[in-house]
Amino acid sequence: MKRSSWTDYQKDIADDNYYYARSCIRQNFFPGSEKVFLDILSKDLGRNIFDDPLHTSCTGIGYHSDVVPLETIMTVVARQFALMSEAGYENFTSSCITSFGIYTELLNTWEEFPETEERTRENLYKATGREFKIPKNLSHTSDVIFHHREAIAARAKRKLVNIHTGEPLRVVEHIGCHYAKIFPKKGVGGSEFPYVLAGMVESWGGEIVDYPERRHCCGFGFRNYLVQANRGYSVANSHKKLESMAPFKPDFIVCNCPGCTMFLDKWQYTLAEMEGTTYGQNGQGIPVLSYEEMAGLVLGYDPWVLGMQMHQVDVEPLLDKMGVEYDPSAKYLGRNGKFIGRPERAIVNSCSEETIYRKKF
Amino acid sequence: MAKYFDMLLEDVRLREGLTACMNCGVCTAVCPAAAFYNYDPRQIVCIVQTRDDEAIEELLKSETIWYCGECMSCRPRCPRGNTPAYVIQALRTLSQKLGFFVESEKGRQQLALKRAIGDNILRTGYCLTPRNIRPELHPEQGTVWKWIIDNDEQIYGQFTSVYGKEGSGALRKCSDETMAEIHKIFEVTGGKEFFDTIEQHSDRKAREMGFDGADEEYFMEVYTKNSNEHY
Repeated sequence: MKRSSWTDYQKDIADDNYYYARSCIRQNFFPGSEKVFLDILSKDLGRNIFDDPLHTSCTGIGYHSDVVPLETIMTVVARQFALMSEAGYENFTSSCITSFGIYTELLNTWEEFPETEERTRENLYKATGREFKIPKNLSHTSDVIFHHREAIAARAKRKLVNIHTGEPLRVVEHIGCHYAKIFPKKGVGGSEFPYVLAGMVESWGGEIVDYPERRHCCGFGFRNYLVQANRGYSVANSHKKLESMAPFKPDFIVCNCPGCTMFLDKWQYTLAEMEGTTYGQNGQGIPVLSYEEMAGLVLGYDPWVLGMQMHQVDVEPLLDKMGVEYDPSAKYLGRNGKFIGRPERAIVNSCSEETIYRKKF
Repeated sequence: MAKYFDMLLEDVRLREGLTACMNCGVCTAVCPAAAFYNYDPRQIVCIVQTRDDEAIEELLKSETIWYCGECMSCRPRCPRGNTPAYVIQALRTLSQKLGFFVESEKGRQQLALKRAIGDNILRTGYCLTPRNIRPELHPEQGTVWKWIIDNDEQIYGQFTSVYGKEGSGALRKCSDETMAEIHKIFEVTGGKEFFDTIEQHSDRKAREMGFDGADEEYFMEVYTKNSNEHY
């Protein structure tokens, strides 16, 4: 394939008036990312986005664990679309890659097999009395940030540049399998020319690292992580990616999918504790960011407001390279600003006390 | 006779995922499960398209259909536009409907998935919630996760004002009306019946294996047991 063939894989992304669907995984592990996404859209960019209290999980993790049947998930998704229409919106944006994959798959299924859409409409009406419209525009929340990347660059307080060397930060991006492997033309750049995160990194001053296993799965594998007996699959696949990217000395990893963000963070902890292997520089881990966190840092948000204290791998080495001012002693404070104790020290989570020591004395 | 193949054809994923496989093996080459397990999606697709009842029944009772991680890496690379992972999804669904899943170690894990994810959806409206990712069952989640769970209200409270409460925001409680709709959807679409089928066949198998039914002990057995014969 020629390099120019990536231009086939572009998509229309709505500019305003979004119906927002939260993610099970992102709200559990990265609630600050969901909060800052809404803040960036509404406060920084002046866009209208609706955070509906009525929607549920799309049940995608259950579907890909093969316990939620196809007919069931189709009807749950139809309910989400009905809620969107009832709220007066046409542009659906999902915070989850698994969900985004589900939405693209089911919209295609309804197109290819119209009888399934018909049956879903009947099921939804029978179960809830609701009726739905197909969204005019479907995007993942990273598509929305990608769409507004130059507006964010224009408001940037910081760049993805190492302030000590003046060089662009070296960034590994991971778009997640279900963003574009199911329907490549529904994702920016498709699965072969991943550009949704790369476009943000380039616009904000960083440099993308291309490495052999760039398109390999993070290793979630649904049942292969969710069942304890199978987790070797999951860590082995993350290991394969980490081994492949490490020689390129990335300054951080940015992920599209909340699951991938979590796995590439947590499996670094596991590999460090089990084997003593770390993949970052100076014996540290490689910080793993969501794209909301990356955008938030660029826009000048405080890292603890972004929720980066919830990462297992310390993010301070990256913050120091970027010249982010932060209060090390505020990392482990609770809701009321009181110290709530810190996590037990681990190989990839040990620098904050040293940082406190260095800053205090 | 192609009884099982006809049953598989009722699933639109099989019709979408398998037209005419030429057995090139690209799916196996890119497959993360094939990199880890003794697993070959090419061979599974090959067996299914023989339409041979005996061979498909063996597949439905096998370990091999449970290795796939449903990452869909096979889908964009297939030169014939097939999706072996869709074929797997159809096989897994049929295996559970017919009760064949309990005949393999990996298949029996469906009970754990039904209880951990499926029941949580019906309880909370979400596939997962912080307190069902228990640190003792998830040591790989690390020390920070344990700190989060030990201080969940203090930590989540910084990012959402509705942790466990109704309203807009992360980790909000789904209202009773919302949950009633979700339950009704599961009833109307066969989701609840599917859950019951998993429970019933698991209970039968658990007794066959000497457990007092599909109790907590059996759950832990299927959740943790790895015979290490999968590689």
